[in-house]
Amino acid sequence: MKFKTLYFLLAGLLAVGPVAADTKTDAEFNQMMQSSFRDEGIATVDRLKQDETNAACSKAMGAHLPAASAQSIEKAALASVRPPSDGKYLGDWRAGEKLAQNGRGMTWNEKSAATSSNGGNCYNCHQLSKAELSFGTIGPSLYRYGANRGVTDPQSPTAKPIVEYAWNKLNNSKATNACSDMPRFGQAGLLSEAQLKDLMALLLDPESVVNR
Amino acid sequence: MRYLISLVGVLLLPVMVHAQTEKSTADSIAEYRAMLADGNPAELFEAKGEELWKTKRGPNSASLEQCDLGKGPGIVKGAFVELPRWFSDTQRVQDLESRLLTCMERIQGFNAGEIAKTKFGKGEQVTLESLVAWISAESKGLRFNLSQGHAQERKTYEMGKRAFFYRAGPYDFSCASCHGQAGKRIRLQDLPVLTTNPGDGVGFAAWPAYRVSSGELWGMQRRLNDCFRQQRFPYPGYASDVTIALGMYMGVNAKGAESVAPALKR
Repeated sequence: MKFKTLYFLLAGLLAVGPVAADTKTDAEFNQMMQSSFRDEGIATVDRLKQDETNAACSKAMGAHLPAASAQSIEKAALASVRPPSDGKYLGDWRAGEKLAQNGRGMTWNEKSAATSSNGGNCYNCHQLSKAELSFGTIGPSLYRYGANRGVTDPQSPTAKPIVEYAWNKLNNSKATNACSDMPRFGQAGLLSEAQLKDLMALLLDPESVVNR
Repeated sequence: MRYLISLVGVLLLPVMVHAQTEKSTADSIAEYRAMLADGNPAELFEAKGEELWKTKRGPNSASLEQCDLGKGPGIVKGAFVELPRWFSDTQRVQDLESRLLTCMERIQGFNAGEIAKTKFGKGEQVTLESLVAWISAESKGLRFNLSQGHAQERKTYEMGKRAFFYRAGPYDFSCASCHGQAGKRIRLQDLPVLTTNPGDGVGFAAWPAYRVSSGELWGMQRRLNDCFRQQRFPYPGYASDVTIALGMYMGVNAKGAESVAPALKR
């Protein structure tokens, strides 16, 4: 008992120097952020609040997280993903292509934060169909996503791991990469289940512009 | 073996065709810019800015000719490439636009707070567009050389660095999401890396700029405002501390880069 008390006291003394300086800088930084922004339409200042994932990835400043921290974020993110309510993973790839082209959503210009007002923003960062030359390169190319992975029948047991991986990625990108640059489209409530299924079809339907 | 070679060929073909298409797209954009650069409409803003600097205006009917942009009262040439910096009279680190607000208030008698709240493209914000066009043009061809001599300048840099990597909002974006790596694009738009010097006339060294798409002259404040909009963040105040800190971070990182401002953007 006495030992324990002494141990905590020592640990506390050792920590107090750097922690105090850190806390002071943190407080000043938070104060700067709070005083610099204001609400505008749907973009309210509560958006500045960080969850543990964003806090950890911000602190890393682009460097890799320690393995344990990354794994715990990925595990929690994966646990947040539910399979589709009716067990069907793929919707309509044509609707998916429209969503992928649509770069709107969640800015202070938008009237509503409802999923129906949001696009998928996919082409901003990814190549998808061969026809669309105006695509971004922050994310990897998704051209022939299903075809390159040998998906000929998305319902088949062999396709299952690929289908589930894509579903997890779209729903919560942090499930496979703790500090992924990609939004958490399902978990953050950006897209509805039906919209996510349409994007799944764009990626995995053999008839989709991505795979043909 | 032959099979392997042809397989590699088939796999590479779309990549090569693709690279060619990309190149020609980038080329046409460059051509388009070169065409427009023959007569950058920013020059009209520059001329107006110089006139506004010298005109007696505001409640005090005074010109800005005694405004100190950091190199002494009235010295404009070379001031832009050293901003943001520490100003002892305001006891603050200021960028060009927040410094102009100070001068407009202290010398001309305008209300700086009101101007900061005015929408872009309205009222005295129009004056600021022209002023930043002219003031930046007076440093065209000079290289960025921000001071980190004052403790507050170093602290502002550290705050800017934190802000740059601050991920939040519904999309989890930070400045670094788009500007943390070299050689990336959003759609066809090239993204300068801003954690280091991205090169002459790129990134921090290319604003203020005339935007062809909107026909407007944007200062760095407006550029940052639009970044935060696309980042899905709340609305940054004009000349707010976070915008000045980000200016310090990008400006110090851009040390040695040649300024081409006011530049021409699509």
